[in-house]
Amino acid sequence: MKRNRIGYFIKEGVSSIFTHGFMSFASIFIIMACLIIMGSFSLLAVNMEYIIRNMEKQNQVVAFVDESLTPEQAQALESDIKAVPNVASVRYVTREEAYESFLDQYKDIKLFEDVGSSILRDRYVMTLHDIEQMAQTRDDLRAIYGIAGVNAHLEIAKGFVTVRNIVGAVSISLVVILLIVSVFIMSNTVKLTTFNRREEIAIMKMVGATNSFIRWPFVFEGMMLGVLGSLLAYLLQWGLYSFAVDRMSRSVALSFITFLKYEVIAIPMLIVFAGIGLLVGIGGSLFAIKNYLKV
Amino acid sequence: MISMTNVYKAYENGTKAVKGIDIRIEDGEFAFLVGPSGSGKSTILKLITGEIFCTEGSILVNGFDLNKIKPSQLPKLRRTLGVIFQDFRLIDKKSVYENVAFAMRVVGASNREIKKRVPYVLDLVGLDTRTRRKPSELSGGEQQRVAIARALVNNPKMIIADEPTGNIDPARSLELMMLLQKINELGTTVLVVTHEKELVDRFSQRVIAIDGGRLISDKMGGYYKYEEE
Repeated sequence: MKRNRIGYFIKEGVSSIFTHGFMSFASIFIIMACLIIMGSFSLLAVNMEYIIRNMEKQNQVVAFVDESLTPEQAQALESDIKAVPNVASVRYVTREEAYESFLDQYKDIKLFEDVGSSILRDRYVMTLHDIEQMAQTRDDLRAIYGIAGVNAHLEIAKGFVTVRNIVGAVSISLVVILLIVSVFIMSNTVKLTTFNRREEIAIMKMVGATNSFIRWPFVFEGMMLGVLGSLLAYLLQWGLYSFAVDRMSRSVALSFITFLKYEVIAIPMLIVFAGIGLLVGIGGSLFAIKNYLKV
Repeated sequence: MISMTNVYKAYENGTKAVKGIDIRIEDGEFAFLVGPSGSGKSTILKLITGEIFCTEGSILVNGFDLNKIKPSQLPKLRRTLGVIFQDFRLIDKKSVYENVAFAMRVVGASNREIKKRVPYVLDLVGLDTRTRRKPSELSGGEQQRVAIARALVNNPKMIIADEPTGNIDPARSLELMMLLQKINELGTTVLVVTHEKELVDRFSQRVIAIDGGRLISDKMGGYYKYEEE
């Protein structure tokens, strides 16, 4: 494409945005609204995933050391445990430390004060990479010589996995549905714009314009509307999200939940918003003018 | 050059608009295509510009065989034609200058060529002082002259004017026809579709008359009321 043609197409695209001010505003607004709805659902899903992952980390696996092992032998087991594939972190806890922690947890119940640390065993407390593999990891740990028993809450793990999968599936479905709806709405909006300009397109065809010559200004226009709509949506989403997180963090009922900070996901969100804005803007334009090019 | 041989056109609803027409217009000719409403004039124009295609027969326009033309070649055909419409069909958001320059951009002309050619053509049609105006700010006659400038700007082989005087007063109609005659004298083929008897009779050019989709008469120096001859 010649440089002066690209310049002409961009100029035409920009000028068309201002000439059809109301429709441009409507297109930007629709892209913005759809992206904010989609973004809100995505942020909800990402946060759910984040919260569930955090809760999963608290679902620790405990491996008890055989009492016949000396303290040195017990501590030497750490390297064997670390070698188990799914183990994320390992912490050695002596029976005394476990006892202190136990008393601390049940300090209101005097009955336990007479029970000594001898009833407990030295142990390893672990977190896992993937709690879906918890059963396999438990079996691997049991197979280590010197491990007398393993405590793993498989039912709780299964519950987390189920919730996470449902949240993921529902979120993906909602985002896909909203994306289709956005393209449809955008396409109808551009159709309205192009309906007003069908005469202009017919004139272009009559003076010998090729389809691509007619299409390019619409593509640039759609692209600019898409990017503009997505940038505004991105900034607005940032503000809304920060506001919502701030309010929820202040709530006592939700104080145990840690929300993701927008800054952490700012770059991926920008890329996704800009990408969807471009896709919806360009796709909508191309889809809308398709019928008017058949002259 | 236009060559239509035994051309038939039936629309999808069954209407037979053109029935066995034979017309040949050589390069450099001036011809009127006349006939009452519904006679098939508009269909013939659409067949020439490649908006629709014939059901039978063959059509050659400026070297393009319209029975075999590919969609990608249609813009090239249309660039050899300058079409003028009764309702002007100007882009109202563009200035007079831009409406004319636009036709040059379509064919890939450089900004330099556009800056040189557009003022020349606007001067030729007497609109050199109206270049910055929008079409809606001009009279009907002026708007039609913009349409002529747009049709002329790419130096087409042929000008096709579809009822060009339909929306302008008689004095401006005469001026416009004289302008088209002047363009023809410079070597461009001109085909004017009209039903304005006085203009046709006054210019004493070739008159092709059609009615009911059939060719009724085709005479040099003919008159609109061919049946009275």
